[in-house]
Amino acid sequence: MAARVRALETILTEKGLIDPQAIDAIVDTYETKVGPRNGAKVVAKAWSDPEYAEWLKRDATAAIESLSYTGRQGEHMQAVFNTPDTHNLVVCTLCSCYPWSVLGLPPVWYKSPPYRSKAVIDPRGVLVEFDLTLPETTRIRVWDSTAELRYLVVPMRPEGSEGLSEEQLAELVTRDSMIGTGLARAPGAG
Amino acid sequence: MSLRELITHSRGLPASGDGPVFAEPWQAEAFAMAVTLHDRGLFTWEEWAATLSGKLKHPGALDDASDYYHCWLEALESLIASKNVADSHDIDQLAAAWQRAAHATPHGQPIRLENDPDRS
Repeated sequence: MAARVRALETILTEKGLIDPQAIDAIVDTYETKVGPRNGAKVVAKAWSDPEYAEWLKRDATAAIESLSYTGRQGEHMQAVFNTPDTHNLVVCTLCSCYPWSVLGLPPVWYKSPPYRSKAVIDPRGVLVEFDLTLPETTRIRVWDSTAELRYLVVPMRPEGSEGLSEEQLAELVTRDSMIGTGLARAPGAG
Repeated sequence: MSLRELITHSRGLPASGDGPVFAEPWQAEAFAMAVTLHDRGLFTWEEWAATLSGKLKHPGALDDASDYYHCWLEALESLIASKNVADSHDIDQLAAAWQRAAHATPHGQPIRLENDPDRS
């Protein structure tokens, strides 16, 4: 594989389509700079600032861009808010479309055929695999990502988090809670 | 590997639970090439997603997604071919040259294409 990738890189460089330095820069960005901490800041801001939350609900692409987290593929973002009645779960059944700008690259399970196929058919069963059992009365809404539209779940703000700063709140927001396969951590829990 | 095993594995990873983004360096390079070529306008992201999903759907796709970047690379090659940049024959030949160069290069030295003994 390594030789094949190298061959591709050679051809594309010779044709002036890629610049090896730009390739290194992109790798560095996704390995070290972009990750779920971005999304956690978006969620924490929405929890603390009702006006921002309203903006995020109305136009997530712009509200997220205002924090300098910009998508590379010109994709639109939609924020879906969990409530006591509705829990949101994100999947990409076709491939692995994922909100890179706010969550980085997807975890292995997100790309796996079992998750991609089961999330739509049996979301409640999938959540059990994540040790997340929701009340029977909670409706689960599944959002299937596309190249054009990616989703960010805004988990419910945990109880006991009153008075925390945005920074402290962001610590409670896990990656899984922004995909919908988890909940935000309770303050003080590990 | 079952979904639960994949999840458990992902949770067992150090740091933020995310683990290394790429398992091997070539995956990172293949990833970045697709991003760059899209930036350059060689294809739209819709074309990319459609091509990648076609590759991921192959029979015998592995449940643990360990073949994900193989599919990614195949998608990249097939788009490059359909845009008439290079076909798989060009890539095969150059990959073989890189492999010969690697064998001919003493350990610890950078591998250069010039080191391919069959280079004409």
